[in-house]
Amino acid sequence: MQSPLRLERRLTQPKWLNWGVPLLSLLGALILGGIVLFATGKNPISVYARIVERGFASTDAFSRTLISATPFAFTGLAASVAFRMGLINIGGEGQLYLGTIGAAFAGIAFQDQPTAVIIATMIIFGMLFGGAWAAIVGILKAKFSTNEIITSLMLNYVAAIFLDYLIFNSSSYWRDPKSYGFPTGKRLTKNAYWNDISIGSIEIPFGFVVAVVAAVIVWFLYNRTRFGYEVGVIASSPNAARYAGIRARWKIITVMALSGALAGLGGASDVGDFRHVLDAKGVQISGYGYTGIVVAALARLNPLSAIFVAVFLGGLSNAGYALQGPDFPSGLVGTLQGLILFTAVAGEILTRYRIKRQNTIADGVIV
Amino acid sequence: MISDNIDSKLTVTMNGIVKRFPGVVANDGVNFEARAGEVHALLGENGAGKSTLSNVLTGLYRPDEGTVSLNDEVVHFDSPRIALERGIGMVHQHFRLVNSFTVAENIILGEQSSSLFMDTASAVERISALATQYGIAVDPSARIWQLSVGEQQRVEILKALYHGAKVLILDEPTAVLTPQEADALFTVLRSMVAEGRTVIFISHKLDEVMAVADRVTVLRAGKTVSTIECATTSTRELARLMVGRDVVFDRVIRANHAKPDNIVLQVSNIDATDDRGRQALKSISLTIGESEIVAIAGVAGNGQRELAEVISGMRPATRGTIAVNNEVVPNSRVRKAMTAGISHVPEDRLHTGLVADHSIEDNLILKSYRGAPISKMSVLRRRIIRAQAKETIEKYDVKTPDTITPIRLLSGGNVQKVLLAREFDSLPSVMVVSSPTRGLDVGAIENVRKRLVDAADSGVGVLLISEDLEEIFALADRILVMYEGSIVGNIPAAEANRESIGLLMGGGSLSAENN
Repeated sequence: MQSPLRLERRLTQPKWLNWGVPLLSLLGALILGGIVLFATGKNPISVYARIVERGFASTDAFSRTLISATPFAFTGLAASVAFRMGLINIGGEGQLYLGTIGAAFAGIAFQDQPTAVIIATMIIFGMLFGGAWAAIVGILKAKFSTNEIITSLMLNYVAAIFLDYLIFNSSSYWRDPKSYGFPTGKRLTKNAYWNDISIGSIEIPFGFVVAVVAAVIVWFLYNRTRFGYEVGVIASSPNAARYAGIRARWKIITVMALSGALAGLGGASDVGDFRHVLDAKGVQISGYGYTGIVVAALARLNPLSAIFVAVFLGGLSNAGYALQGPDFPSGLVGTLQGLILFTAVAGEILTRYRIKRQNTIADGVIV
Repeated sequence: MISDNIDSKLTVTMNGIVKRFPGVVANDGVNFEARAGEVHALLGENGAGKSTLSNVLTGLYRPDEGTVSLNDEVVHFDSPRIALERGIGMVHQHFRLVNSFTVAENIILGEQSSSLFMDTASAVERISALATQYGIAVDPSARIWQLSVGEQQRVEILKALYHGAKVLILDEPTAVLTPQEADALFTVLRSMVAEGRTVIFISHKLDEVMAVADRVTVLRAGKTVSTIECATTSTRELARLMVGRDVVFDRVIRANHAKPDNIVLQVSNIDATDDRGRQALKSISLTIGESEIVAIAGVAGNGQRELAEVISGMRPATRGTIAVNNEVVPNSRVRKAMTAGISHVPEDRLHTGLVADHSIEDNLILKSYRGAPISKMSVLRRRIIRAQAKETIEKYDVKTPDTITPIRLLSGGNVQKVLLAREFDSLPSVMVVSSPTRGLDVGAIENVRKRLVDAADSGVGVLLISEDLEEIFALADRILVMYEGSIVGNIPAAEANRESIGLLMGGGSLSAENN
């Protein structure tokens, strides 16, 4: 009739929760995933051991993991930046598409320039396109109080259709006129490629380095500047913001644009680091934008943690690609990701409440 | 389980209750006993441990030490529901009602029922019977959003009675009520104890404790100070027990006299609308001089909030001007108003004047973060912020373990200290202060009033907006009365008396003030 455990509201949130809760969530997800594996006749321990092996255990595997992690890091940062102001930007996906369009444009248009110039313009155009796309959501919310969840989600579909249109249904600037049968985009020239940086035998994608730099900048912006302070006040108490003369409208637009610019930067990295072409189908299959929401949630909206979470999820995906086969169902990685998000959200309860054991002894035990 | 008649009477005994929270001992060996058929007041300052004790009694908290007994039987409540099954009900300060449901639906909500559908008809009948029995006027079919705060409170009381509460705990029930509603509540409580029920009445207001309670237990700093019969005590003695020393609320002696001719704030012909677009201010004009405390008396909702917001730039004026030190302040520009020297202590401290979830140090810079020395090139200088916060905490005697404690964990008095500290330290010419002592305990009230007087003595012109006439008489040099968006009286404090002010507040007129 009664549960042996009960929840008591926490008055303070101890520091250890910042790493303890994600770790506990992860453990919970692994246990739940283990039950799924066991039920389907697999040995959970050996499956997990292989994931670790193929995701993290060798320099080669780790290099590939960083490739998978790079877009997650950008979309995770994008989601964190918006969520920190209470703006639920679900549009990272579409903003990333626009980033690929902008970066591919710069890569094609400036192909005769030196590599440094091409990379810089790809980054700038990726951020501009992604940021402008997200700013539409921000302007609608600031001017007409529309719900940003709905508008940002809807714009994902618009962005996808626009992307298809540029490659499949028009002879746009991006489409390769020499491609018949299956249309493709114009390939970038070699000097527009973003080259990996090698540390020992680990190959670090240039985009990943950009993501780390972006994370540090975002952390500084949100924790050490007037801008971050104002965002914090608006997020926690709109009335107090009004009282202090902080204008929420501009901040909504700015923060949305910043969020979109980070997702767009992810799109630029996708073009510059890996695909080297505006790949309309490839980028849509990946679902980077939605994974970014998982990253932000697991990182508890901390931009620095987002990098680590992205590497972790990148390792999962990478191992998933490497291992898929009859004894390793391809849906398993998605299942695990879903379970991790599920337990992370459940774990949030632990940050606000603590579990007390119910017994007849008067003093409760803090678990 | 449910009975309308009191077949068994309950005596509640709490022995040696200890309840600790991180960093605080909220209850430190509290002894408390409430007998059937009495209104027993639980009196104490904010943070004395009253609410914690009642949460232990209703099973929301489990005591770290000590026992709770009902009629000498030791009990352990694991949840408020189990406590209610044993006859202990609570009416919280913040109501737990579903706005879109009817009164009856709210009352039977959470009832264990074997049927899928709620049996509203018979419930309405029983609710009406209970309401008549105790003289609680509520329409069971009305929806909660249609009801006033006072009526919603009656619904909460009915809900507890309906579920068989023999002991009813009310947490600061009059905080949200008008004086008339409070009187009606006291009548209901008296009729409940006449039936043999027990009422535990939590309060920090001395007058109402004397008015309604049979006995009173005074808590101070988590300990029981004393339990006494109300008939054998006085307000003054209770105040002394509560704060541990004598407190006098007399007219405060001022070091510096007001100079009404050196005008620091001039408000001329201001019109403004309220949130729903109706006219809230009608051609308001007033002046405040250097070192002058001007009070605005009035029943809440007559335009006081809108006036404070217009002066501080939070709300646009549709007509008229505001000038500080003879310079006109641009309309509806908070930051311009700040730099002109207007400081504002709003009524809603936790969610307007401060950011409840943010730390003390972050709240202290809410108005100064834009420039030196707090920030430089848009970057906040954390070390300076912390050092200044430490100084402020010491100077204003804010009780907190450190500067990064969130505001919401501070007691009411300390919250107000932080807010006042920030506003005083901005060195204003004018302070607009709304209900500065509402909800505070005796010691904190004294502190806030002293701070306001100090500010005035240093030359600041203070606009004190308050419903508390006692406070107005203690502090003001001049009293303005607001009624329906207009100023209907302007009386020097020395010539004012309660009756005349009360009459103006109620929309009446004085023969001398007719022209």
